[in-house]
Amino acid sequence: MSLIDIIVYIFFTLGIFFNLLAGFGLLRFPDVYTRLHAGTKCTTFGSIFICGSVILIGLRMWLTGNPDDGSILTIHTVIALIAILLTNPTGAHAIARAAHRSGVKPVGAVIDELAGNPVKKASSKKKEVEKE
Amino acid sequence: MNEITTFLVVLGFLLLAVVIALIRVIKGPTAPDRVVGLDTINTIVIVSMVIFGAAFRDVIYIDVAIVYALLSYISTLFIAKYLEGGEF
Repeated sequence: MSLIDIIVYIFFTLGIFFNLLAGFGLLRFPDVYTRLHAGTKCTTFGSIFICGSVILIGLRMWLTGNPDDGSILTIHTVIALIAILLTNPTGAHAIARAAHRSGVKPVGAVIDELAGNPVKKASSKKKEVEKE
Repeated sequence: MNEITTFLVVLGFLLLAVVIALIRVIKGPTAPDRVVGLDTINTIVIVSMVIFGAAFRDVIYIDVAIVYALLSYISTLFIAKYLEGGEF
Protein backbone atom coordinates (compact mmCIF):
# COMPACT_ATOMS: atom_id res chain seq x y z
CA MET A 1 0.00 0.00 0.00
CA SER A 2 1.73 3.12 -1.21
CA LEU A 3 1.41 6.71 -0.05
CA ILE A 4 -1.01 7.63 -2.84
CA ASP A 5 -3.36 4.83 -1.76
CA ILE A 6 -3.42 6.16 1.80
CA ILE A 7 -4.13 9.72 0.58
CA VAL A 8 -6.91 8.40 -1.68
CA TYR A 9 -8.54 6.53 1.20
CA ILE A 10 -8.33 9.59 3.48
CA PHE A 11 -9.92 11.77 0.79
CA PHE A 12 -12.69 9.23 0.24
CA THR A 13 -13.39 9.13 3.98
CA LEU A 14 -13.54 12.92 4.24
CA GLY A 15 -15.83 13.15 1.22
CA ILE A 16 -18.21 10.50 2.58
CA PHE A 17 -18.21 12.23 5.98
CA PHE A 18 -19.17 15.62 4.55
CA ASN A 19 -21.79 14.21 2.18
CA LEU A 20 -23.45 12.31 5.02
CA LEU A 21 -23.25 15.48 7.11
CA ALA A 22 -25.17 17.28 4.36
CA GLY A 23 -27.91 14.64 4.52
CA PHE A 24 -28.23 14.82 8.30
CA GLY A 25 -28.21 18.61 8.18
CA LEU A 26 -31.05 18.54 5.68
CA LEU A 27 -32.97 16.24 7.97
CA ARG A 28 -32.33 18.02 11.28
CA PHE A 29 -32.29 21.77 10.63
CA PRO A 30 -35.54 23.68 11.24
CA ASP A 31 -35.60 26.09 8.34
CA VAL A 32 -35.17 26.53 4.59
CA TYR A 33 -32.14 28.79 4.94
CA THR A 34 -30.26 26.62 7.45
CA ARG A 35 -31.06 23.54 5.36
CA LEU A 36 -29.65 25.34 2.34
CA HIS A 37 -26.52 26.13 4.36
CA ALA A 38 -26.05 22.45 5.23
CA GLY A 39 -27.09 20.94 1.94
CA THR A 40 -25.01 23.11 -0.37
CA LYS A 41 -21.79 23.84 1.48
CA CYS A 42 -21.24 20.32 2.75
CA THR A 43 -21.88 18.68 -0.64
CA THR A 44 -19.52 21.13 -2.36
CA PHE A 45 -16.75 20.44 0.15
CA GLY A 46 -17.24 16.68 0.02
CA SER A 47 -17.31 16.74 -3.78
CA ILE A 48 -13.93 18.49 -3.79
CA PHE A 49 -12.41 15.65 -1.76
CA ILE A 50 -13.99 12.80 -3.75
CA CYS A 51 -13.10 14.34 -7.13
CA GLY A 52 -9.61 15.02 -5.76
CA SER A 53 -9.12 11.35 -4.94
CA VAL A 54 -10.30 10.36 -8.43
CA ILE A 55 -7.85 12.92 -9.86
CA LEU A 56 -5.06 11.30 -7.81
CA ILE A 57 -6.01 7.86 -9.18
CA GLY A 58 -5.92 9.28 -12.72
CA LEU A 59 -2.52 10.89 -12.10
CA ARG A 60 -1.15 7.60 -10.83
CA MET A 61 -2.43 5.86 -13.96
CA TRP A 62 -0.89 8.64 -16.02
CA LEU A 63 2.57 8.27 -14.45
CA THR A 64 2.64 4.48 -14.21
CA GLY A 65 1.25 2.17 -16.86
CA ASN A 66 -1.21 3.65 -19.34
CA PRO A 67 -0.88 7.43 -19.82
CA ASP A 68 -3.83 7.77 -22.26
CA ASP A 69 -6.60 6.56 -19.94
CA GLY A 70 -5.05 8.38 -16.98
CA SER A 71 -4.85 11.74 -18.71
CA ILE A 72 -8.43 11.50 -20.00
CA LEU A 73 -9.73 10.50 -16.55
CA THR A 74 -7.85 13.35 -14.84
CA ILE A 75 -8.86 16.10 -17.25
CA HIS A 76 -12.52 15.11 -17.40
CA THR A 77 -12.75 14.88 -13.62
CA VAL A 78 -11.22 18.36 -13.32
CA ILE A 79 -13.87 19.68 -15.73
CA ALA A 80 -16.66 17.99 -13.71
CA LEU A 81 -15.25 19.48 -10.49
CA ILE A 82 -15.14 22.95 -12.05
CA ALA A 83 -18.77 22.53 -13.17
CA ILE A 84 -19.81 21.58 -9.62
CA LEU A 85 -17.85 24.47 -8.08
CA LEU A 86 -19.35 27.02 -10.45
CA THR A 87 -22.97 25.87 -10.45
CA ASN A 88 -23.60 24.81 -6.84
CA PRO A 89 -23.28 28.16 -4.97
CA THR A 90 -25.09 30.02 -7.75
CA GLY A 91 -28.06 27.66 -7.55
CA ALA A 92 -28.12 27.96 -3.76
CA HIS A 93 -28.19 31.75 -4.02
CA ALA A 94 -31.09 31.57 -6.49
CA ILE A 95 -33.05 29.22 -4.21
CA ALA A 96 -32.49 31.46 -1.18
CA ARG A 97 -33.64 34.55 -3.05
CA ALA A 98 -36.71 32.72 -4.36
CA ALA A 99 -37.57 31.45 -0.87
CA HIS A 100 -37.32 34.94 0.58
CA ARG A 101 -39.41 36.51 -2.15
CA SER A 102 -42.07 33.79 -1.96
CA GLY A 103 -42.62 34.70 1.70
CA VAL A 104 -40.82 31.96 3.69
CA LYS A 105 -39.58 33.42 6.97
CA PRO A 106 -36.64 32.09 9.02
CA VAL A 107 -37.61 30.31 12.24
CA GLY A 108 -37.27 32.69 15.17
CA ALA A 109 -36.79 35.79 13.06
CA VAL A 110 -37.85 39.02 14.74
CA ILE A 111 -37.33 41.59 12.00
CA ASP A 112 -36.94 41.27 8.26
CA GLU A 113 -34.47 43.85 7.09
CA LEU A 114 -34.67 42.85 3.45
CA ALA A 115 -38.44 43.45 3.27
CA GLY A 116 -38.15 47.16 4.13
CA ASN A 117 -38.04 48.44 0.59
CA PRO A 118 -38.73 45.63 -1.88
CA VAL A 119 -37.07 46.05 -5.22
CA LYS A 120 -39.52 46.55 -8.06
CA LYS A 121 -38.37 46.59 -11.60
CA ALA A 122 -40.53 49.49 -12.77
CA SER A 123 -39.61 51.85 -9.91
CA SER A 124 -35.90 51.10 -10.17
CA LYS A 125 -35.98 51.77 -13.88
CA LYS A 126 -37.80 55.03 -13.21
CA LYS A 127 -35.18 56.05 -10.65
CA GLU A 128 -32.42 55.32 -13.12
CA VAL A 129 -34.14 57.50 -15.68
CA GLU A 130 -34.50 60.31 -13.15
CA LYS A 131 -30.83 60.07 -12.20
CA GLU A 132 -29.79 60.34 -15.79
CA MET B 1 -9.38 -5.31 -0.56
CA ASN B 2 -10.05 -5.14 -4.27
CA GLU B 3 -10.13 -1.65 -5.75
CA ILE B 4 -13.62 -1.91 -7.21
CA THR B 5 -14.88 -3.03 -3.78
CA THR B 6 -13.57 0.24 -2.31
CA PHE B 7 -15.45 2.26 -4.89
CA LEU B 8 -18.62 0.27 -4.26
CA VAL B 9 -18.38 0.89 -0.50
CA VAL B 10 -18.04 4.64 -1.16
CA LEU B 11 -21.06 4.46 -3.46
CA GLY B 12 -23.04 2.70 -0.74
CA PHE B 13 -22.40 5.53 1.71
CA LEU B 14 -23.34 8.10 -0.94
CA LEU B 15 -26.57 6.14 -1.54
CA LEU B 16 -27.31 6.48 2.17
CA ALA B 17 -26.85 10.27 1.89
CA VAL B 18 -29.23 10.32 -1.11
CA VAL B 19 -31.86 8.39 0.87
CA ILE B 20 -31.59 10.82 3.80
CA ALA B 21 -32.00 13.78 1.44
CA LEU B 22 -34.95 12.03 -0.20
CA ILE B 23 -36.73 11.91 3.18
CA ARG B 24 -36.51 15.71 3.24
CA VAL B 25 -37.86 15.91 -0.31
CA ILE B 26 -40.88 13.79 0.66
CA LYS B 27 -41.50 15.45 4.05
CA GLY B 28 -40.66 19.06 3.22
CA PRO B 29 -43.30 21.49 4.44
CA THR B 30 -42.75 24.13 1.77
CA ALA B 31 -41.70 24.03 -1.86
CA PRO B 32 -38.20 25.58 -1.36
CA ASP B 33 -37.40 22.74 1.09
CA ARG B 34 -38.03 20.20 -1.64
CA VAL B 35 -35.92 22.18 -4.10
CA VAL B 36 -33.02 22.23 -1.60
CA GLY B 37 -33.29 18.45 -1.21
CA LEU B 38 -33.31 17.96 -4.98
CA ASP B 39 -30.23 20.18 -5.35
CA THR B 40 -28.35 18.10 -2.77
CA ILE B 41 -29.37 14.85 -4.50
CA ASN B 42 -28.18 16.24 -7.84
CA THR B 43 -24.71 17.03 -6.47
CA ILE B 44 -24.35 13.60 -4.84
CA VAL B 45 -25.43 11.89 -8.09
CA ILE B 46 -22.76 13.84 -10.02
CA VAL B 47 -20.08 12.67 -7.57
CA SER B 48 -21.38 9.09 -7.81
CA MET B 49 -21.04 9.19 -11.60
CA VAL B 50 -17.42 10.37 -11.25
CA ILE B 51 -16.74 7.42 -8.93
CA PHE B 52 -18.38 5.02 -11.40
CA GLY B 53 -16.09 6.36 -14.11
CA ALA B 54 -13.04 5.75 -11.92
CA ALA B 55 -14.23 2.30 -10.85
CA PHE B 56 -14.91 0.85 -14.28
CA ARG B 57 -12.17 2.91 -16.05
CA ASP B 58 -14.79 4.28 -18.42
CA VAL B 59 -14.74 8.01 -19.15
CA ILE B 60 -18.28 8.17 -20.57
CA TYR B 61 -19.67 8.22 -16.99
CA ILE B 62 -17.70 11.40 -16.25
CA ASP B 63 -18.92 13.04 -19.47
CA VAL B 64 -22.48 12.23 -18.41
CA ALA B 65 -21.69 13.77 -15.01
CA ILE B 66 -20.55 17.05 -16.61
CA VAL B 67 -23.72 17.32 -18.71
CA TYR B 68 -25.86 16.35 -15.72
CA ALA B 69 -24.24 19.11 -13.61
CA LEU B 70 -25.02 21.81 -16.15
CA LEU B 71 -28.58 20.60 -16.82
CA SER B 72 -29.44 20.28 -13.12
CA TYR B 73 -28.11 23.80 -12.57
CA ILE B 74 -30.42 25.15 -15.30
CA SER B 75 -33.41 23.25 -13.88
CA THR B 76 -32.69 24.60 -10.38
CA LEU B 77 -32.52 28.15 -11.73
CA PHE B 78 -35.85 27.73 -13.52
CA ILE B 79 -37.61 26.28 -10.46
CA ALA B 80 -36.25 29.16 -8.36
CA LYS B 81 -37.47 31.65 -10.95
CA TYR B 82 -40.92 30.00 -10.88
CA LEU B 83 -41.09 30.08 -7.08
CA GLU B 84 -40.07 33.72 -7.04
CA GLY B 85 -43.09 34.71 -9.11
CA GLY B 86 -43.22 37.53 -11.55
CA GLU B 87 -42.33 37.58 -15.20
CA PHE B 88 -39.91 35.31 -16.98
